[in-house]
Amino acid sequence: MADKTLDAKGLNCPLPILKTKKMLNDVPSGGTLEVLATDPGSVADMASFCRTTGNQLLESTRDGGVFRFVIKRTA
Amino acid sequence: MTEGNGAAPNQKAMTIIVTKGSLDWAYPPFILATTAAAMGVNTTMFFTFYGLPLLLKKLDLKISPLGNPAMKMPMAGMHMGMPNWVSAIPGVDSMATSMMKDMIKKKGVASIEELRDMAREADVKLIACQMTMDLFEYKKEDMIDGLELGGAATYMEQALKSDVNLFI
Repeated sequence: MADKTLDAKGLNCPLPILKTKKMLNDVPSGGTLEVLATDPGSVADMASFCRTTGNQLLESTRDGGVFRFVIKRTA
Repeated sequence: MTEGNGAAPNQKAMTIIVTKGSLDWAYPPFILATTAAAMGVNTTMFFTFYGLPLLLKKLDLKISPLGNPAMKMPMAGMHMGMPNWVSAIPGVDSMATSMMKDMIKKKGVASIEELRDMAREADVKLIACQMTMDLFEYKKEDMIDGLELGGAATYMEQALKSDVNLFI
């Protein structure tokens, strides 16, 4: 179970990334954040965000119209 | 405010010159700045000419189909543009602005006000062009708090230290 969950469904770029960054600040180092989104652009964005900030993208899956990401805070 | 761009040794930096103030053109600089800040980039936005009104406390952003040949909005199942003369009809530009704002809200896109607040929260540096403020007679009291005032040299100093410099 992730430490925190962000429901970003219905939100469009750049909100999924901005809200992810904000909520990640409250996740302890080594902890995980689950993000749910409906924006298809968020798939590439989450990967780019994690690569650039050094956080780990543990999961990037899709269930119907909802994308699920699990990010581990490494920084 | 501190001198220099305040970047940590390995941190990337970006500057954006914001020259336009219509609702559609307000999006690219704020989206890029907030996203860059979220990705750890030390970001500065320099607002000049028609970009300066984006720093007013009360925003009243508009769009116009006039002279915008690439503007084709989803309407009645297809993409429709408007011939230039239609903009001369009273109320058409206001209607286009309302429709755009409705679409933005419906599709879960952030408002410019929201993006601007997020930029400030993320410590994006906002600089208002002093010359433009004098030229168009804007008062500091009309602008949001947390602004720096500066000129071209202020911008240039930041730009020379930055990895990405954009003119929007």
